[in-house]
Amino acid sequence: MTTTVTPPQDHDTSSGVRLDLYRTMVLVRTYEMAILREYHADKGPGFDIGKGLVPGEMHLSAGQEPVAAGVCAHLTEDDAVTATHRPHHFAIAHGIDLEAMTAEIFGRETGLGRGRGGHMHLFDPKTHFSCSGIIAEGYPPALGQAFAFSRRGTDRIAVAVTGEGAANQGAFHESLNLAALWHLPVVFVVEDNQWGISVPRSASTAVPSNADRAAAYGIPGVRVEDNDVDAVFEAAGELVARARRGEGPSLLEVSTLRLLGHFEGDAQGYRTDLDEVNEHDPIPRYEARLREAGLLDDALRDEVAREAEERVEAAIAFAKDSPLPDPAEATRYVFPEEGSR
Amino acid sequence: MTTTAAPTTRRLNTAKAMAEAIAQEMRANPEVFYLGEDVGPYGGIFGSTTGLFEEFGPSRIIDTPISETAFIGLGIGAAVEGMRPIVELMFADFMGVCLDQIYNHMAKIHFESGGNVTVPMVLTTAVGGGYSDGCQHSQTLWGTFAHLPGMKVVVPSNPADAKGLMTSAIRDDAPVVYMFHKGVMGLPWMAKNRRSIDVVPEGEHVVPIGKAAVAREGGDVTVVTLSLSVHHTLDVAEQLEGEGVSVEVIDLRSLVPLDRETVLASVAKTGRLVVVDEDYHSFGLSGEILASVVEADPGLLRAAPRRVTTPDAPIPYAHGLEQAVLPLHDRITAAIREVLA
Repeated sequence: MTTTVTPPQDHDTSSGVRLDLYRTMVLVRTYEMAILREYHADKGPGFDIGKGLVPGEMHLSAGQEPVAAGVCAHLTEDDAVTATHRPHHFAIAHGIDLEAMTAEIFGRETGLGRGRGGHMHLFDPKTHFSCSGIIAEGYPPALGQAFAFSRRGTDRIAVAVTGEGAANQGAFHESLNLAALWHLPVVFVVEDNQWGISVPRSASTAVPSNADRAAAYGIPGVRVEDNDVDAVFEAAGELVARARRGEGPSLLEVSTLRLLGHFEGDAQGYRTDLDEVNEHDPIPRYEARLREAGLLDDALRDEVAREAEERVEAAIAFAKDSPLPDPAEATRYVFPEEGSR
Repeated sequence: MTTTAAPTTRRLNTAKAMAEAIAQEMRANPEVFYLGEDVGPYGGIFGSTTGLFEEFGPSRIIDTPISETAFIGLGIGAAVEGMRPIVELMFADFMGVCLDQIYNHMAKIHFESGGNVTVPMVLTTAVGGGYSDGCQHSQTLWGTFAHLPGMKVVVPSNPADAKGLMTSAIRDDAPVVYMFHKGVMGLPWMAKNRRSIDVVPEGEHVVPIGKAAVAREGGDVTVVTLSLSVHHTLDVAEQLEGEGVSVEVIDLRSLVPLDRETVLASVAKTGRLVVVDEDYHSFGLSGEILASVVEADPGLLRAAPRRVTTPDAPIPYAHGLEQAVLPLHDRITAAIREVLA
């Protein structure tokens, strides 16, 4: 039942789709590099995690763009996505409002959570996007979204994302079991970036592929090797279509890459792959492939980059111009109140 | 309390009164459903869903696998999508296997989203000891739920309140934890207090969450209590009445919100306070009540207050040992005599 997809060299994905995947990945990367810049701009002298315009922990997804781009290309904003503590690539690929998300990361009143959530706790009812700071625990609520969608007779689905480290948690296994039992329209996505904070995959599980674990619950498991966005797109397309047809859940694991630390400020002394990691950056690799295929040239590349930069900088300017929440209202929104929705 | 039904003398036990509220809300709103372990044909281990499966069938009264993390999370996701799930955690003692879903997700999503997402969900759970079920199945952990912000916590003591509070809980846009003591349910296989079967209004019956009841008026001493301990205290009050002692009994009915006003008004009248709480002694509800009175006005008390609680030890199995730690008649009587001495 488990399939391993080693990407072929020639893809039959249409050229329009491939350029869209590229645009999404560039937008995510541009966004995160801008967040990186803003995050570190005023953390000094030294490094104080609580200082600056973007305070707190920051987990960036650079290197993991192919997973979000390839999966979310099959979704509409009526579908649900529950992401992890490293949520930006999925949020952006799923079409979250960039300005409201940025304002939330900057802790502003105009943010998705009016500054109560922060970058690990983004909730957008419009796109049914949410994320959780607790690993694997974003899986169970996805079951309920899928339950509600199928109960209402729609073909909407839920996508639930974890990292490979979370696949060893109880919530992961309970969720796969229940989704399989009740044929819920969920695509479980595992981003295997090889690192659970500092612990390598080899030290956290004896199972070589989490896609194999799908067999324990009688659902399809597919592993995509090599962080290949075209292969993710193709594999996810089949699993999403399957869920939409009411044929139940599935598990997609993607071998991906964490270019940066677990969080910003992580010195990564534990990493054995730092010398070569940048060679595997999926975006230049995809650019080269698109050029080979005659789909991308310098002019288009510059245009995509410029568009992304304009959107990102506008979002950051919006966040910076937005008011901070009133400290007198720090305890608002514990319970629903008149006019809160 | 509002009652639109005609006066009735119909008597129900607490379990059936609770199930009647659920049935009425399910008839009125197709988005309401109930899920948990053994809630289907069995009717709930403590009778919480008596007769519901027969009326609503397996698509709305749903038996789950033993996977509290997954199915409580499912309730959360369904609530986020606008359904109104009622989810049963069989024993409050089991909260440890699913607490993340409860306090990090169910209780926090509304806040993290800055009020943009609501989780209109009811979590029902059984509490309390008294039938030698041992220390993992006898705890009264309402203080733990009440301590963690973002969920309302209601605790009915009698059949009419069980119905009225359940109606309010289902209609509330906030997550509500509905904790029923096994000893108030009026179950045929458990020692019954005579008040666990009582008159229950037919038709719509709403008890607002957050308003304590004066279960018995009196002028000499205030006993603040809730759930099964209300029954014990009323027994004691009736007995002391023969000695010329007038006991006022406050039934809190909810911990969150906590009706401090009713407590303060009563203590202002009597000048003496006893708190009876089956939860553990330290860091819990009993201390909260005392602190609330002292913070408001230390001059209200004409004698040092007393607490009758479960000591800070696991609940013992042997009958004699268990009876010794539970807040029962003799200890309540002694505490009242002490504050009157």
